[in-house]
Amino acid sequence: MHTNIKLAWRNIWRNKRRTLITVASIFFGVLLSAYMTSMQEGSYSKMVEIVVKFYSGYMQVHQADYWENKSVNNSFDYDQAFIDQLKSNPEIDLVIPRLESFGLASAGELTRGSAIFGIVPEIETQLTGIADKIVSGKYLQATDDGVVIGDGLARFLKLSLNDTLIIITQGYHGVSSAGKFPVRGIIKHVSPELNKSIIYMELKTCQNFLGAENKLTSLVVNVADNDVMRKVLKKLKSEIQAPFSVMSWEEMQPEVVQQIESDRAGGVIMKAILYIVIAFGIFGTIMMMIAERRREFGVMISIGMQKKKLAVILFVETLFIGVLGILSGLAVSLPLLLLQAQNPIPLTGETAKLMEDFGFEPFMFFSTAPEIFLQQAISVFAMTVLIGIYPMVATLRIKEIKALHGT
Amino acid sequence: MNVIEVKQLEKIYNDSEVKVYALNGVDLRIEEGEFTAIVGPSGSGKTTFLNMLGGLDQPTSGFISIGGTEISKLSSSELIHFRLHNIGFVFQAYNLIPVLTAKENVEFIMQLQNKPKSERESRTMALLKEVGLEGRENSRPNKLSGGQQQRVAVARALASKPKFVLADEPTANLDSKSTENLLEIMEELNRKENVTFIFSTHDQRVVNKARRVITLEDGKIISDVRKAILPQ
Repeated sequence: MHTNIKLAWRNIWRNKRRTLITVASIFFGVLLSAYMTSMQEGSYSKMVEIVVKFYSGYMQVHQADYWENKSVNNSFDYDQAFIDQLKSNPEIDLVIPRLESFGLASAGELTRGSAIFGIVPEIETQLTGIADKIVSGKYLQATDDGVVIGDGLARFLKLSLNDTLIIITQGYHGVSSAGKFPVRGIIKHVSPELNKSIIYMELKTCQNFLGAENKLTSLVVNVADNDVMRKVLKKLKSEIQAPFSVMSWEEMQPEVVQQIESDRAGGVIMKAILYIVIAFGIFGTIMMMIAERRREFGVMISIGMQKKKLAVILFVETLFIGVLGILSGLAVSLPLLLLQAQNPIPLTGETAKLMEDFGFEPFMFFSTAPEIFLQQAISVFAMTVLIGIYPMVATLRIKEIKALHGT
Repeated sequence: MNVIEVKQLEKIYNDSEVKVYALNGVDLRIEEGEFTAIVGPSGSGKTTFLNMLGGLDQPTSGFISIGGTEISKLSSSELIHFRLHNIGFVFQAYNLIPVLTAKENVEFIMQLQNKPKSERESRTMALLKEVGLEGRENSRPNKLSGGQQQRVAVARALASKPKFVLADEPTANLDSKSTENLLEIMEELNRKENVTFIFSTHDQRVVNKARRVITLEDGKIISDVRKAILPQ
């Protein structure tokens, strides 16, 4: 075996330039596809993070009709026992009560549609970390009667700290709600969309404002990640009965999932094209290697080498080329992408504006999830293994006499 | 007895509906330890005959028995195994494995035979010494002259301790000195190890060394002369 490996290794360096060119093509293929996938997955992660971490959480429990008709009327009573029951599941990190509504926020002559979040400040910040995103003023206190608003909304309404924000909306059972709230703090929200419209107020203050005493519209149920979510979701769906329903972030935000899936499919096509080009490069090299050494194969078989053994050597040669390309590609893409993940590329001009309009931060984010690198390595390796079958078959079909004549 | 027996051997090529007899009813017996040259003009069937003896090509009809084994009845894999343990080859163009050193080329055959390392190394060194390549063990073929390469090829052919060595025009690419040297080595090995050598050749120097000369023409044996009656 040792000799076979030694032979295979020496054979690939018989034509150094050709081997290096082939390895380089795999190297660039791995690098490009890892870079592209990292950029895609980084963007998706950011999208999901915005959705999950700064808005919906991984799951939410609602009154059954709430998601179809997001009205305070589809709220339910705050029930500490129910919350404790959810919390008793060891895989659930947080259960966050919210009362959400929409209303018109105004100051002076200016008015804008806004999202009103009634929250328990110290619990909410455990999920969203909004206390750390305050850029001016302070975060809400336990019995605060003021509001924290998004930086974009503050700028639009020309509001500063301690200015008064007026909110007009329809409360529980159709009552008209209008109130004046001092601005306690201004937050730079990660989601540009929410940054332009968010108003946080303390849960009790919000319940009083909307005339929805002890009411909640949602319980955000948070877990460690998507994998845990799928497990817990299945359990909760079987446990939680009407009039409640539990939804995953994917069910609540199907457009995000769809966007990710369609974009991912586009990426797969691009990578497939890239890999096909590389595959033909490797295949060409292998065909040349076989054609050039046909006579030598004839000699080796003539002097007593079994065709199977020779086929294994050629297969190992193909693998060597593939593995060298994969390793060199990973060796460069790994540190490069780690660096890029720490330093997202800022977008400027129209592209940045477009991103912000869609509610995303104007940056190119990168992911360094191990699957990204593993996926490229496995794809190229599988491709190399497939290509490696050709020299094996060609060797097994060699006729000694023809090979000795080089035909 | 390690004898070669050939009976009514035919090899026919169908070239544009015309039958071409490369070998036409060859009958022959070669005894153990012979040093035989097969001669004849180009196209007479020398190489085809050697290829048939080595099991590299299949006869159209006829019988070949080597050391009691009828090789035409062996499968491809069995033939390879048979060659590995019974036949050594020396080719006109040396055909050493270019990525292996002289020592590795010789040792390679024994590795295929799964011989232990110590045995491989001692035999390799002994053979390279016998063919006068001591000190060149670690040279790759491209660093050796034609004569040296052919001597490595002879050492390789003998490494597996074969009963027969088939050499196809082994001196065709060598100068006089190298040819003389190579023939002396082969004659010596033939005597010492009692290996049967069969050459196909055009080279009169090889013919002069051979103890038996078989002449082929149009695929038929037209003469079979033992050295005792060869003109010197």
